[in-house]
Amino acid sequence: MNKMVSNKATRRRYLGERIFKGATIFALTIAAAFLVFFFYNMITQGVSALSQAEILVDIHYNETSAKSYKKAVDKPYRKIVSRGWMRTLPLYMEDHPELMGTNAQEWVTATADVDQYLKGKPNRLKEKHKKKIDALEKEGKVKLAFNTNFFTRGDSKMPELAGIKSAVVGSILVLLVTLAVALPIGVMTAVYLEEFAPDNRLTQLIEININNLAAIPSILFGLLGLAVFINFFGVPRSSALVGGLTLALMTLPVVIITTRAALRAVPSSIREAAYGLGASRWQAVFHHVLPLAMPGILTGTIIGLAQAMGETAPLLVIGMMAYIPDTPTSITEVATVLPAQIFTWAGESIRAYEERTAAAILVLVTILLSMNAFAIWLRKRFETRW
Amino acid sequence: MNLLDAAFYYCIAALPIALALAFMVKARVQQAFSDTKWRALPIHYAFYIAIAVILPGILFILLMSILHLLTLYTMDGSLLLIIASTLSLIGTIYGYKHIKPTFTARTSVEKVIRYLLISAALISILTTIGIVLAIIFEAIHFFKIVSLWEFITGTHWAPDDATEGNTQGMFGAIPIFAGTFMITIIAMLVAIPVGLLSAVYMSEYASEPIRNIAKPALEILAGIPTVVYGFFAAITVSPLVVEFAEAVGLHADYTNALTPGLVMGIMIIPFISSLSDDVIRAVPRALRDASLALGTTNAETIIKIVLPTALPGIIAACLLGVSRALGETMIVVMAAGLRPNLTWNPLEGMTTVTVRIVDALTGDQAFDSPETLSAFGLGLVLLVITLLLNVISIYVTRRFRSQYE
Amino acid sequence: MSTSKISINQLKLWYGESEALHGINLEIAEKKITSFIGPSGCGKSTLLRCLNRMNDHISSCRIEGTVLIDNNDIYDPSVDVVQLRSHVGMVFQKPNPFPKSIYENIAYAPRIHGIASKGPDMDNLVEAVLRKASLWNEVKDKLHQPGTALSGGQQQRLCIARTIAVKPEIILMDEPCSALDPIASAKIEELMDELKQEYTIIIVTHSMQQAARVSDNTAFFYMGDLIEFGDTSDIFTKPQQQQTEDYITGRFG
Repeated sequence: MNKMVSNKATRRRYLGERIFKGATIFALTIAAAFLVFFFYNMITQGVSALSQAEILVDIHYNETSAKSYKKAVDKPYRKIVSRGWMRTLPLYMEDHPELMGTNAQEWVTATADVDQYLKGKPNRLKEKHKKKIDALEKEGKVKLAFNTNFFTRGDSKMPELAGIKSAVVGSILVLLVTLAVALPIGVMTAVYLEEFAPDNRLTQLIEININNLAAIPSILFGLLGLAVFINFFGVPRSSALVGGLTLALMTLPVVIITTRAALRAVPSSIREAAYGLGASRWQAVFHHVLPLAMPGILTGTIIGLAQAMGETAPLLVIGMMAYIPDTPTSITEVATVLPAQIFTWAGESIRAYEERTAAAILVLVTILLSMNAFAIWLRKRFETRW
Repeated sequence: MNLLDAAFYYCIAALPIALALAFMVKARVQQAFSDTKWRALPIHYAFYIAIAVILPGILFILLMSILHLLTLYTMDGSLLLIIASTLSLIGTIYGYKHIKPTFTARTSVEKVIRYLLISAALISILTTIGIVLAIIFEAIHFFKIVSLWEFITGTHWAPDDATEGNTQGMFGAIPIFAGTFMITIIAMLVAIPVGLLSAVYMSEYASEPIRNIAKPALEILAGIPTVVYGFFAAITVSPLVVEFAEAVGLHADYTNALTPGLVMGIMIIPFISSLSDDVIRAVPRALRDASLALGTTNAETIIKIVLPTALPGIIAACLLGVSRALGETMIVVMAAGLRPNLTWNPLEGMTTVTVRIVDALTGDQAFDSPETLSAFGLGLVLLVITLLLNVISIYVTRRFRSQYE
Repeated sequence: MSTSKISINQLKLWYGESEALHGINLEIAEKKITSFIGPSGCGKSTLLRCLNRMNDHISSCRIEGTVLIDNNDIYDPSVDVVQLRSHVGMVFQKPNPFPKSIYENIAYAPRIHGIASKGPDMDNLVEAVLRKASLWNEVKDKLHQPGTALSGGQQQRLCIARTIAVKPEIILMDEPCSALDPIASAKIEELMDELKQEYTIIIVTHSMQQAARVSDNTAFFYMGDLIEFGDTSDIFTKPQQQQTEDYITGRFG
């Protein structure tokens, strides 16, 4: 009989093998399933925020409506047309005096409740208004159009007018500050540690310290920002400056660690070749090593910035969750960022904010994933194997 | 004029002057370069003069800022500007006199750059010291009001009821720690098995193409911002948990501890899996071959040889995961409760250290109110625990490395 | 020649597109030491790894032809590779003890195969195996210290002990002495000479002296072909092929 054919004992062992392998596959499937479920969930919730109900109404530009903006539209429409839009009318008429005394028919933004009703979502629309909307729908005077407000306006207390523009601009300002602080300091630190630092106590201390810094929970950086930047240095609270500085300190270890790895990947033969041509150590580093390590440094910086851009906790602590309808124009102005906007919207009780939150999430996640994908592309594109 | 403005105006004025002088010197040296033997290149002289212009003023402003910060002496902004400019002028004259062929500008420039790099490296230390001091400083204020012993042993947390004079029995942090640990434990119960087994699959079983898809997919999980996980937990997972609990005849709060725990676990999977994947792959091929050649199955080799060998690294990965979970804020702020609750039931609402920190600091209390200060007391606890976990994981990883790398 | 333990017929092997073995035919005698010699890359290690199917773990590897052990084709689908390997043990180039105690290094495989369980059974087995590997006297007082703490030669003998603990019939040795100093090598060679009472041993070696000293039969490979095979003394004193002669006289390789 062949001794090498499987017997009862080995069959049991193979069963164990299959169970174990199955468990590993199952684990990976759980993670993948979550990912799919998550994106499905966000997309189905968020996509409806890309459209917004509009109503075709007659607008009366005259003396009465200039004084009382509600009068600009006929009575049945006053509760279904966005009050935020009506409020802008007097100013609009002031800017366009030639319109005075005329009537116009235009598509205007409807209230969030009308919007939710049209989308078949829970709403607080009164029965008579529902009937009105149904009637208008038959006449073709109500439609769901692309929600431009969402991309061109700041936050608003009226969901139909709430947009992400001021948050996006705030995010960009914060990231600029972060980049301006973290990149030079991070690269200089890495160059020093990797190329020049003597192997002494101080160097070891710095290294352990960077490692520790990377492990400190982000919220504690917020405490630092609050106690040091705001209370001590008097940097304006809720400003992009204080947010950027706080996030820069958080991003610093990422930049340092990736820059060091990129510098280490440049082979010593390059340095030796430079020395051989009479270059000083500094010239070798600044003329040869640093340019070669640049793609790696850039990759690390982008990944660090992406992390900073998604960060919320430290910014809450330094007050960057305020209601900011206007787009900030300088880094010392009060600002909010995209994740903080998501957080505030998520806490709103009005249901119409929910789809906007999901849509803002889609925007944020798309930006972050593209940043990461770009970083990976950059690394692959310039990856040199020595 | 305050210090910040003065520094700003100084920079605006000094930088163009330095730049202009640098170009001038460079042109001058370049012209004379072929006639005499210069000890450095024109560009080095240019750098040298630029540094000579800027450095004295900057150093003076820095010195004054430090004095100001230490509240020893505050100089008027205008006076500061005048002195800094004078110093820069002296520096310019001094530096300009040095532009001679016999002067080795390069070594001087390199010396300055060296100090610049060292000071950059010191900023990371300053940050840590800053965090530690800022937290300890405020925490001391807090522990002057509330005794440390009461803080870590008390079981009643009601900062809203606390007033300036009466804080007795209002700041017992045990229920907060309990919530933190409950959620962390749930998170790790999800993250460790799923993360570790995924890592095993990717490093031991997966073919190259599957690996190339699975690894980035897991990294996407790590790239999702925590506020997004928080929204997902609060809006989608929490109702599911409540419904499920009702279906099996249990009652669950919407702010139950299970929801943030589960979602946090998912968030931590990629940390565990990618770190474990690295250490599992670092186990030498020779050990696997030796085991397989003895007639063992893959699973036996992995469980009995590979994983025990990689254990220190896996432990380090798990510790880092735990420290992530303890410090995670957004998920718990959005999905866990605010009410301190000492219970064993994960379906009840519980609160955590980070939730209380955020709550204490985003309210409208004065900065020196006991509740605001309590955030720093809680922050101190969080800081100590995460640093401790990090030090242990560094130590464990080093032992693993010394063995196999 | 005595009875043949392994018979290899028309064995061809590819790594992806490139053919590494071009139809090998070889009969390996029972309870003898057979050495495979040849220059680097000639396919001798590849062939050795075919005999306990270690090449299964390389996904690009493909095989044609048959390998019979006791007249059973080991590439037959009914063959259990785990069972096969418990009959065909292997010792590697670099000593690779598990990061466990000496005792556990030996006990690991017998426990999995159910050869011995805990307690005195296992103790006896460990002692017997270590004695057989002439390691007992050196390690009997430190059985529970890590195997990695031993010297290189001791580690390699521990690896041999670990292999024979599974009670194989054949032991494959892939350049077992190449990482060892001459004294440690001599001990391994001595050990091999004792082991051939019970086991069929195949050794891949770069050292022709070693092949000449320890083996009964020698096979010379070159570029994926078996050039010459025969009695060791014949191969080294009157090779039939020019290439063999060139190699053993040191003209190439």
